[in-house]
Amino acid sequence: MSAEEKVVFERPHALLPVITNYCPGCPHGIVHRLVAETIDELGIEGETVGVAPVGCAVTSVDFFGCDMIEAAHGRAPAVATAVKRVHPQNVVFAYQGDGDLASIGMAETVHAATRGENITIIFINNAIYGMTGGQMAPTSLPHQITQTSPYGRDTETAGYPIRVSELLSSLDGVAYLERVTVDSPKNVRKAKKAIKRAFQNQIDGVGYSLIEVVSTCPTNWGLSPQDSFDWMRENMLPYYPLGVYKDVVADGYANAAEAAAARNADCPVAHPEKAGA
Amino acid sequence: MSEKVLMKGNEAMAESAIRAGCRFFFGYPITPQTELAAYMSKQMPKCGGTYLQAESEIAAINMVYGASAAGARVMTSSSSPGISLKGEGISYMAGCDLPGVIVNVQRGGPGLGGIQPSQSDYWQATRATGHGDFQIMVYAPSTVQEMADYAYLAFDKADEYRIPVMILADGMLGQMMEPVLMPEPKTELPEKPWATTGHHNKRKHNIVDSLYLTPDALEGLNRERFERYETIKANEQRAELFMCDDAEIVLVAFGASARIARSAVVAAREKGIKAGLIRPITLWPFPTNAFESVMDTARDFLVVEMNMGQMVDDVRLVSEGRVPVEFFGRTGGIIPTPAEVLKRIEAAHEKVGE
Amino acid sequence: MGRNLSLILAGFGGQGVLFAGKIIATAGLIEDREVSWLPSYGPEMRGGTANCSVTLADDPIGSPLITAPNALIVMNQPSMDKFESAVVPGGVAVVDSTLVQHIPDLANVSVCAVPATELAEENNMKGLANVILVGKLFAETHFCEEETLFAAMEKCVPARKRHLLDANIAALKLGMQA
Repeated sequence: MSAEEKVVFERPHALLPVITNYCPGCPHGIVHRLVAETIDELGIEGETVGVAPVGCAVTSVDFFGCDMIEAAHGRAPAVATAVKRVHPQNVVFAYQGDGDLASIGMAETVHAATRGENITIIFINNAIYGMTGGQMAPTSLPHQITQTSPYGRDTETAGYPIRVSELLSSLDGVAYLERVTVDSPKNVRKAKKAIKRAFQNQIDGVGYSLIEVVSTCPTNWGLSPQDSFDWMRENMLPYYPLGVYKDVVADGYANAAEAAAARNADCPVAHPEKAGA
Repeated sequence: MSEKVLMKGNEAMAESAIRAGCRFFFGYPITPQTELAAYMSKQMPKCGGTYLQAESEIAAINMVYGASAAGARVMTSSSSPGISLKGEGISYMAGCDLPGVIVNVQRGGPGLGGIQPSQSDYWQATRATGHGDFQIMVYAPSTVQEMADYAYLAFDKADEYRIPVMILADGMLGQMMEPVLMPEPKTELPEKPWATTGHHNKRKHNIVDSLYLTPDALEGLNRERFERYETIKANEQRAELFMCDDAEIVLVAFGASARIARSAVVAAREKGIKAGLIRPITLWPFPTNAFESVMDTARDFLVVEMNMGQMVDDVRLVSEGRVPVEFFGRTGGIIPTPAEVLKRIEAAHEKVGE
Repeated sequence: MGRNLSLILAGFGGQGVLFAGKIIATAGLIEDREVSWLPSYGPEMRGGTANCSVTLADDPIGSPLITAPNALIVMNQPSMDKFESAVVPGGVAVVDSTLVQHIPDLANVSVCAVPATELAEENNMKGLANVILVGKLFAETHFCEEETLFAAMEKCVPARKRHLLDANIAALKLGMQA
């Protein structure tokens, strides 16, 4: 490299130099990069253990440079819980899609959240099962056509999509929830900031943090990458509005436990320290 | 130097696991194993360990998977319906070569079945705990002392062979108290360089994974794993032979039913019948060597189980038609009596003549 | 009846039949004999009937589930009705006659009616009828050495309930003399 050359952009160290199996135009690549940049910037690759889902990101165990575990379908929060309990000093994240996190793994998701596990969850919501070829997901929109809702999701029989961030925001164990997307440089920067916060929260002991990334699936939606982002902006964002759904630090608390204690302050049994006061 | 104490089987397994270096327990309440979880919830905080009541058996076994991947000695326990739910996670552990100890305090099935003692999960434990080509090691204790001893040993074997190990007990053994001498606490545990502990910039990243999308790679791995199973079969068979030296009517029973069979053998000997008992302690690997040692004298195998006839299949396989195999079982949570087993011994004795 | 004890203790949940069985099992432990204690378990524990089987023996114990006891301690009528015909000839049945109204005559079985619940209340030992009955069974069968029984009681009463030990010992003695 000559003296005039200056590196302005390079592969993050935490993202291994391997070819991924993601389809052209798939936002997984962007989100992987944001996670890897975060790991690099926080200098935590050596302490980080990632848990991959079942779904398109199943092979991400080969892409991230940190130690990686492949979980059974939906069980990543349970696996991540245990890894964090064994090595509390490690940074543990799970990376999950909508079928994994909000359908088969909903119990694990809700309970890891309500236990206030000090872990970080990256949740990719693209309203479809990608890996298996485009079936209806728990987050598929009403009348959305998929392989298993060929006449469009019929809410009479298939019910309604789950808004995960809203759902989890009611739980006392949760510290930070933000819904972002990666359809534009501006939104990518916002998403990066949220993901970094979610990792920093864990390091600082603030508690359970989940970042929901509203995403696309050009292959199974049958649209070009740019048309997919248009469809997403037009249809998904009204259903899944971007924004912060919970942030105990912004609310003035040091961590999720403090916020929870304030919320249930009127329950005597929850506050033995006040007995006899 | 510890002394004998009276303990429930469920509690003995828990205490022994802690002494074996287990510091992580993930469980879910179900009768008749709950004392084990309760014991862990009381003792783990005192020894710097973790007790976590999971949201389900499925979550519990996947926490075992995670803790094992992270290099810890870890245990879960349940009873039959809960073990079915754990099947998925056990298969994944086998597929990732993760050690771990799973306790099944069996109750009657299928479905919710009952809550009384049973041995009807033999097939599940030895044939198909979950999907895929794999085995787990299975110990079948028949006393509270053995529950302590094999819970302790299970952790070593799990680590040695990187394999899930099951303690297959039942409601009777779990609930009963007997005097037990606890093993000494372990101070040194094996290194696990494969564990996902964070690479700390000192090594390539470790991956715990059971996904192999290339058929050749998956077949290769399965073959390698089955070679390890052959080593286990060669080295880890365990059985107790009771009055087998000249036995013509050889009973075969494990766990709780072996206690009843033993009483029946003693009663038969008092009547002049040459009866004996093979008590498999490892159900997988099945103790085939023990059977070879009685083939010269045995004229009839009488398999006694608390189910509709499961281990009897393995006895037929090892007998290969050389010695007739009979079966006597009670099911639904009923414990057979020595008297009814004795009747079967007498009938077998009459049949083989003399 | 020799040194082997095959005992069923039965009553309502909460009367302490499992604890009474544990005292006897602990006596066996102290004397380094073969011992087993097996409780009934399940929904009947929650207010229904409860029982346990206790075996003290010199040889390894086969089934810990006793179907032909040589000793019976009974603390309610349903248990009396259930187990009265199970006791083997030459056996002993110790019955709380405060609670069991109909005590049968059993052929070749020594039936000892002790108003244990009444005795406990009169002597400020509420809740120790179970222990009084253990004392009576001991007086009838001498299933262990006397000092062993008191030592067993000391092992069975948790350290934090030390103040209850004296009452339990007194109840044992009361039962022995009943």
